[in-house]
Amino acid sequence: MAKIQLQVNGRSATVDAEPEATLLSVLREQLDLTGTKYGCGEGQCGACTVLIDGRARRSCQTLASSAVNKKITTIEGLAQGEHLHPLQEAFLAEGAMQCAYCTSGMIMSAASLLSSNANPSEAEIVRFMDGNICRCGTHPRIVAAIRRAANAPKESAR
Amino acid sequence: MSERFDFELPLEPERYELSAPPAYHFELDRRDWFKFLGAGLLVVCVMKNAKAAQETGAAKKPAGDALPEEIGAWLHLGEDGVVTVYTGKVEMGQNIRTSLSQAAAEELHVAMGKIRMVMGDTQLTPFDRGTFGSLTTPTMNRQLRKVAAAARNLLLDLAAAQWKVERKDLVAADGRVSDAAGKRSVEYAALVKGQQLTQAVPADEALAPATQWKVAGQPLPKVDGRDFVTGKHKYPSDQKLPEMLYGKIVRPSAFSATLVSLDSSEAEKMPGVTVVHDGNFIGVAAASSVLAARAAAAIKAEWKAEPQPGQKEVFDYLKKNVTNLGEPVGLATHHDAGAVEPALAAADHRLAQTYTVEYIAHTPLEPRAALAEWTGDHLTVWTGTQRPFGVRSELAAAFRMPEDHVRVLMPDTGSGYGGKHTGETAIEAARLARAAKKPVKVTWTREEEFTWAYFRPAGVIEVASGMQKDGTITAWEFHNYNSGASGFETPYDIPNQRIAFHATKAPLRQGSYRGLAATANHFARETHMDELAHLAKMEPLEFRLKNLKNDRLRAVYEAAAKKFGWGKVKSAAGQGFGVAGGYEKGGYVATCAEVAVDRVTGEVKIVRVVTAFECGAIVNPDGLRNQIEGANIMALGGALFEAVEFENGRILNGLLSLYRVPRFRDIPPIESVMLERKDLLSMGAGETPLMGVAPAIGNAIFDAAGVRLRALPLIPNGLKMS
Repeated sequence: MAKIQLQVNGRSATVDAEPEATLLSVLREQLDLTGTKYGCGEGQCGACTVLIDGRARRSCQTLASSAVNKKITTIEGLAQGEHLHPLQEAFLAEGAMQCAYCTSGMIMSAASLLSSNANPSEAEIVRFMDGNICRCGTHPRIVAAIRRAANAPKESAR
Repeated sequence: MSERFDFELPLEPERYELSAPPAYHFELDRRDWFKFLGAGLLVVCVMKNAKAAQETGAAKKPAGDALPEEIGAWLHLGEDGVVTVYTGKVEMGQNIRTSLSQAAAEELHVAMGKIRMVMGDTQLTPFDRGTFGSLTTPTMNRQLRKVAAAARNLLLDLAAAQWKVERKDLVAADGRVSDAAGKRSVEYAALVKGQQLTQAVPADEALAPATQWKVAGQPLPKVDGRDFVTGKHKYPSDQKLPEMLYGKIVRPSAFSATLVSLDSSEAEKMPGVTVVHDGNFIGVAAASSVLAARAAAAIKAEWKAEPQPGQKEVFDYLKKNVTNLGEPVGLATHHDAGAVEPALAAADHRLAQTYTVEYIAHTPLEPRAALAEWTGDHLTVWTGTQRPFGVRSELAAAFRMPEDHVRVLMPDTGSGYGGKHTGETAIEAARLARAAKKPVKVTWTREEEFTWAYFRPAGVIEVASGMQKDGTITAWEFHNYNSGASGFETPYDIPNQRIAFHATKAPLRQGSYRGLAATANHFARETHMDELAHLAKMEPLEFRLKNLKNDRLRAVYEAAAKKFGWGKVKSAAGQGFGVAGGYEKGGYVATCAEVAVDRVTGEVKIVRVVTAFECGAIVNPDGLRNQIEGANIMALGGALFEAVEFENGRILNGLLSLYRVPRFRDIPPIESVMLERKDLLSMGAGETPLMGVAPAIGNAIFDAAGVRLRALPLIPNGLKMS
């Protein structure tokens, strides 16, 4: 077990991590950031998606030790205080969830997409989001929510 | 205007699930209630009708001052004005926390924000058999409206007594009682200050008709949506307690395998690790999931398994292993009318075909999870289940303890689809927690979820029919082997019918799945109808309507056809249109699909889907639309490519990299048409909208390519051109 320091949601956290510990298990078990979900453990469903240096990464496929010195953002770190991120607002406005277990991963993946492509076409959204699974079948609403967030006033985008 | 309602609702049999009332009853004194709830007003919904009581499970007479057990729900209005509604139903994405809040707010005449729902907690909520069968809306929604209406009338009586006026001169609105002249007004909270009032709901409590709904009927968003987009909501797998350990189960090599040898010495040497070997249960608990996985991997277990039937022979196996043993009592497994043989003999056209459906997996995105904590001889478990009271029974039986020593709580969970009726994970966590003397959480891996849960049953369906030259169907024989009886009766008007379900031995553990066998039975029936239409050289929709009297089903067919533009001439080679419909669980559905088939490569693209649905008065139009769209998308998986591969008691594709579920690229434009019948009771909508998808697509593929597909999934490997 080794002490490692992680930068999560703008704060520094020191944790004891086993060498094989994934970022997902450290976030959930040691930092109580349970908004990031386990869905498959093989990077196939996207429920565990977080941002590492601004890019969507599957935290179940990321060793905690490999995320040291990188900027990690989880769903809990997306809003600024009470002020929701445009994607969070858009998911609410479109009712883009049922059980919502996939929602954190969907929003984090979409945040990564919008940071590299501010105004993606529907085809680009579908291609980018294809690695995220929703079993309840809210896909059309999720696509609509991402479109809505992309079209939100830019001053509120982060 | 009176609302048509019948408490004799068809109760969907859960064929593969044990569903018994609890062995023990927890009797609660009225006075204890107010100790727990605080002063105020308590209204309970007592089920007077035996059939309705059966739906919520209780059956015993009340004793002494204890609350009667024939209770569906209760509502408490506190001195702070907060309304707390208690129901045994659970939330797993169908958004009933919202729709039930609307029901209570509607009749109590308070803002939605005043309502707090307590759901699926065996200590706090009334007994409930479980959340399945699309029953929440027809039963619980109505019960809550009655409870809330009774509470409102009680408040009006309180104000009338206080002001010495008649109740009819008062109005209840926005959480206040006011006199009609507008001189006096008092908040509900003030009326119940210091009171300890209880009332049972009169069975005939009048309810506002759907035409006058103000809160119900509105497209309100998920009540706690913000908790889900911020990651704040704690699902069962997110639960945590101080000192909590993480559990991991060592699984057998195959189904029904027996343990030959076990060496757990290495795991036992690991500091802080608890190893449990009890009968066929082997598990570990450790301070982190990493350490638990490491300890489980260090256990050397050798298993012996017998040869078992595999996927390749499953349909032969089902046909050869018919049994009526273990058949649940009282289920509809047979329907007869007229005389089939002479009608078949006299028919101008006869057709006999066989249809099959594979085993499929629910694949809830949140796998089973449970956190168990022992306090002395009392056990508390937080777990994701559609049957908290059923899981309580399983725990009581497993640990040989009375049910009132077990509390099961169900935090809103990451979906179920009929797949979370059982309590394996709860028992595993509780067994480990008892040994470790600390709380233990067990979260199944995706592979465990694919392997050790249960599946939607595979089935073989044989259909034989006879028809006159003009397209009038005269004979209909329908045999379902193993997949189930739900939705097996035909909605078409056929004078001579024999319809039967045949139980068989099953090669895999099988259970309920969203819609049960109605998906398989609609696939077989609606594909066969399409075949008959072609045999009669009739347009498929016209053929169906010719044989159909049911007005509600005709209405959805016509609505779907209109939205779809049914009857248009094909505009491209490989284009095909298909239609299918039916009714089940009080909902009426029709789906039209357009496909494009590449006749060279066999590639099939689902171009668009239109589904029309009607389930009476609509409680939440946006919630309903969400369910229709979601059901259509979930149905695409089973229609096109989902199948569980298995051999010799092992699942061969139990990973999301191997088992294909619908993804963004698979989703065609889906349009839903919601028909509303405000004069009819609101029925559930979570299941029936799936039914038309598979046959409509199969029929469209035939229309496009002339290839008739009679097996689900239709095109796991693309279309083979004949």
